[in-house]
Amino acid sequence: MTLTRTIKITAIFRTALLFILILALSLPVPLISAQKESAAVQKDESVYAELAKAPKKAVARRNPMEHDPEAVAAGGKLFDLHCAECHGETAEGGRKAPSLRAREVQQATPGTLFWILTNGVVRRGMPVWSKLPEPQRWQIVTYLKSLGPAEKPSE
Amino acid sequence: MRLGCNWRRFVIDVTRINPPHRRPGVLFCLSALALAALAFSAQAQESPYIITYDHYLEEPGSLEVEYFSAFGTQRGGNDFHSFFAEFEYGATAWWTTELYLDGQTTFNDSTIFTGFRWENRIRPLQREHFINPVLYFEYEHISGADKILKEIEGHDGEADASESNALARKEHKHELEFKLLLSKTFKGWNIAENTLAAKSIAGANPWEFGYAIGASRPLALKASAKRCSFCRENFVAGLEMYGGLGDRHSFGLHDTSHYLAPVVAWNMPSNWTLRLSPGFGLNDNSHAFLLRWGVSREFSGFGATIGRMLGGHKQ
Repeated sequence: MTLTRTIKITAIFRTALLFILILALSLPVPLISAQKESAAVQKDESVYAELAKAPKKAVARRNPMEHDPEAVAAGGKLFDLHCAECHGETAEGGRKAPSLRAREVQQATPGTLFWILTNGVVRRGMPVWSKLPEPQRWQIVTYLKSLGPAEKPSE
Repeated sequence: MRLGCNWRRFVIDVTRINPPHRRPGVLFCLSALALAALAFSAQAQESPYIITYDHYLEEPGSLEVEYFSAFGTQRGGNDFHSFFAEFEYGATAWWTTELYLDGQTTFNDSTIFTGFRWENRIRPLQREHFINPVLYFEYEHISGADKILKEIEGHDGEADASESNALARKEHKHELEFKLLLSKTFKGWNIAENTLAAKSIAGANPWEFGYAIGASRPLALKASAKRCSFCRENFVAGLEMYGGLGDRHSFGLHDTSHYLAPVVAWNMPSNWTLRLSPGFGLNDNSHAFLLRWGVSREFSGFGATIGRMLGGHKQ
């Protein structure tokens, strides 16, 4: 009985150690190169290259929430909840994600932003957000477009 | 009396009913966890499913801590209350890894720890498609007394859970489990289908199969402008059905169990999610009733916070 319990506890700790190891392996971004990456994310304009990959049909989509008086406020709330963690509270970029007030983003069509939001940029760490219902994604797009370009250039 | 988070002792203690003098220690640990929770900002946007998986992975760097509980009726034996703690971490945007610790209380019998599971979900496709596949791999090391019923496979049935804990825990299961998760979200509706294949590492048991399907939708698709707890968009409701499909030698519905379960999730602005799911057995092999509920908390930026604590970049 005691032996079985000891074996179980050992197995649990082995798995816990393995889990911690996985956590540690997935930490190199913040741990080793956070500072470099932060600067790199801000300056690396290739992060905006994804915008150009949106299909024409998606680019041409109109924002159905464009004239909704509550869309900006609702989008702002959703941005705080889901996006600010990576893109920063003012959307000017954070440790992990680029500024959304950059010229490239602000000049993109609402359809393009909606497409990026829906599909994510999984390779670069941005998850897909299609789990948010379409109207909520359009509300976020409306909010982003309402921000306008950042006053200071990010370089 | 010592007030320390001695997890080893805690793990051992749950194999028996906790003596009253140990409770302050456990409360201290839970309080410490609750305080730690306040240090992170987060927002959960969770699906209501308890058994079925959709194609959404944990956000990279986020840790979700969950507690799930299931009350089940048992014909020809004692009813039970099973529970598990789940630690779900988004290693990358395409890979989520999870650790489960399982336990159960069988009424008029005992409370025991029943084992652990380690699962991984990998998203092979970068973008959203008409149907989105996710690959799932799990290793489980549990005893025969495990009753969390996180998945139903092979010829699993109510009779398997009727043995006493003392007898059932003598059986050890080392199993590999594979799932293909398919999911699609359209007009607010999520439809998900999971196909399961499991193989015991020890022994010559055949491959066993199972399934889970689910559909869910938020009660409102538009977000309201103000933060609110009881707004309709914070509630997601749906239905899931799951069961076994026999094994390699006897594939099909014969001698299998199946459940139908309405599900509802409440995503609170305070970053907690509550889930509730009463499940109903669809045939005589199934438990007549399973009441499941769970509470979870997502810690966004967990990876980055730990990185900073260990000397990484300070913002």
